Amino acid sequence: MPLYHNDDQAMLADTARGFIAEEGNIAKQLRHWRDRDCKDGFGHGLWKQMAEMGFTGMLVSEADGGLGMGHVEAGIVLEEIGRNLTPSPFLTSSVLAATALNHGSDDIKGRYLPGLIAGDHVFAVAIDETAKHRPSRIATRAEKSGNGFRLTGSKSFVIQGSSADMIVVAARTSGADDDADGITLFAVPKDASGMSHDAVRLVDTSMATHTKFDGVELDGDAVIGEIDGGRAVLDAMLLAGRVGAAAEGVGVASGAMDMTVDYLKQRKQFGKLIGEFQALQHRASHLYSEVEIARAVTIKAQQLLDAGSQQADLMASVAKAKVAKTARLAVQEGVQMHGGIGMTDEYDIGLYMKRDRALAEFLGDAYFHANRVAELSGY
Amino acid sequence: MADLETFRSETRAWLEANCPAEMREPVRDEDDIYWGGRRATFKNDAQKAWFEACLAKGYTVPAWPKEYGGAGLSPEQAKVLREEMGRISARPPLSSFGIWMLGPALLHFGTEGQKQRFLNEIARGEIRWCQGYSEPGSGSDLVSLQTYGDDQGDHWIVNGQKVWTSYADQADWIFCLVRTDKTDKYKGITFMLYDMASEGVSTKPILLISGNSPFCETFFDNVKVPKSYGDDCPAYVGQVNRGWDVAKYLLGHEREMISGAGGGDRTAAIGAAMKRASARTGDDVDPVLRAELAMFDVDALAYTAMGEKFLDEIKVGKAHPAQPNMMKYVGTELNKRRHELMMAVGGSRSLEWDSEDTGGGKPARGWLRTKANSIEGGTSEVMLNVIAKRILDLPGA
Repeated sequence: MPLYHNDDQAMLADTARGFIAEEGNIAKQLRHWRDRDCKDGFGHGLWKQMAEMGFTGMLVSEADGGLGMGHVEAGIVLEEIGRNLTPSPFLTSSVLAATALNHGSDDIKGRYLPGLIAGDHVFAVAIDETAKHRPSRIATRAEKSGNGFRLTGSKSFVIQGSSADMIVVAARTSGADDDADGITLFAVPKDASGMSHDAVRLVDTSMATHTKFDGVELDGDAVIGEIDGGRAVLDAMLLAGRVGAAAEGVGVASGAMDMTVDYLKQRKQFGKLIGEFQALQHRASHLYSEVEIARAVTIKAQQLLDAGSQQADLMASVAKAKVAKTARLAVQEGVQMHGGIGMTDEYDIGLYMKRDRALAEFLGDAYFHANRVAELSGY
Repeated sequence: MADLETFRSETRAWLEANCPAEMREPVRDEDDIYWGGRRATFKNDAQKAWFEACLAKGYTVPAWPKEYGGAGLSPEQAKVLREEMGRISARPPLSSFGIWMLGPALLHFGTEGQKQRFLNEIARGEIRWCQGYSEPGSGSDLVSLQTYGDDQGDHWIVNGQKVWTSYADQADWIFCLVRTDKTDKYKGITFMLYDMASEGVSTKPILLISGNSPFCETFFDNVKVPKSYGDDCPAYVGQVNRGWDVAKYLLGHEREMISGAGGGDRTAAIGAAMKRASARTGDDVDPVLRAELAMFDVDALAYTAMGEKFLDEIKVGKAHPAQPNMMKYVGTELNKRRHELMMAVGGSRSLEWDSEDTGGGKPARGWLRTKANSIEGGTSEVMLNVIAKRILDLPGA
């Protein structure tokens, strides 16, 4: 399969680009909700519009009411979300939670997918337990209790945890904290008693929670997938989420780069446009090269994932690491080349820097994934 | 798609039957590469058998039309062949500047007569070509070149000097940029083709920091170059005085080639191989070095995807015309970094200059050779200039 969008995908990209630039732009969404101190950190109206566009259920099969599309298509939407810094539950709900739900029983699907596809409900995922992403260690415990389970432990970096209607929680039903097996995924409804959220605003204005489970009683039908066999579902969810986060990161990087290159063509100093200075031209050209490569490896990872290839896991980590490094370069060069105004809240370039920081941390940063590339390669 | 899968299985079977085991091992020495030419000899029977099998099939230049010695493969088929050859690590049956550079220029700009003669000679490995571009005073600023062809009616008298002419001392013919009009910098250069055996041509190898001499100085002292080699076969490509158009077109190909966009050693990850090499000698890889290897592998694997995307996009005209400059820039910088890391992993052994153990100092010589990657065919800085101007459209670039 060639590494570019086919006609249908190119059409979707046109549509997504136009729609998100119009409805999801920085003034209309990110600044709008931020300046109102919105407790959810995103607009439910836009989420509903995304449902009307068919975006919410892209990764859900047609049999289950979705569009049955793949990660290339989800990535197209995510790149535009990244470019516009659009706050939305798309990545957590339509990519991560949807991937988990696709592994669930008909009962689970029936309970949650319609609300997702309609854009009425929002979903969060609770994986991390410490400040760094380390999904190999799951200490949150779910013990058998009657016909169900009793959940105890705590999770961090639960994006949109307090506004979510349901949280997909990775918990341990057997074994030791570092065991690969013995994980089970649960769909925990928002009003579950014994669950408490400490909501925190992050640097990019998104909202996350430290979520505590203090003996939360769950029915057996809250289980997504197999009891003790949740690692496979968790891995699938992480894989989809990482490839998705990479796509969003490509959008962040290229949005920051475009804004910066435009600025080089407007700002004058020493009687010249600053873009005439070779010291800046070479840095901009280097950045361009890196962004192109980040986009290429992201499409590669998406295609491998859609094809069910064994290589998808390695390439997802390559993509997540490469994109994280590239977006970091883009926002750092962006702020520096904007000079003083790059430090002001009035200009958008600083918002890219903040978003990159939060996005890169989500599901593993460049260091985590470079290490993973080494491990998967056998060293 | 079904046809392509049939082609793949046929290709796989053909390679299995025709590519000798010795030709599936990495190139270790210069004479592992078969360059063809009047003075060429085969290193061994396997090299000869592999070349002849490919020649009969049109696989020395698989994507060229059949009438010019190729196999007439579609871009998709050529990609399958490349992948299948890569899968068994098959060596190229024939390497030459004729295949990589002059051929593409002739396919684009050549007359039918030129194509019939020169492309077939290249495909059959009969003539080994070299490239006369750089001059002592014209490196990055190539268009300032001074080698001059004085118009004598039916021929030119060429005087001047070229430098960095790869393998000029072993080449049969040269494609050479010669100034034919001193009044117009860009529209005063002709892309000439002539025999290196002509009277007045001499070459002198240049000893490099690697201890090897792959490049030469090439001198032209009153060399008589006829304007035509027969019916429909001029001695120049394109038009007289418009050789810069051909040169620019070719530079794109050269940059693409140097970039390693087609895959192979230049883009592969190295961490796992370094760990194994290190274990064989009883050494450890420091954690900080391991981290650098991992970061390198991320960049290398991502670049491999970029190479694939680039070639896919070229086929359908989606790639930006200046994109080879980006590929050349990144590919060569990456290759330099690869060899720095290989030297670091190798430790003191990689410093050995002529020991048998290191195949005569291969690690060190190879490492030094890569330093030319970001200079030859346009420096990294020139590449960045071109990206700034043609892709980013920055002012004054």
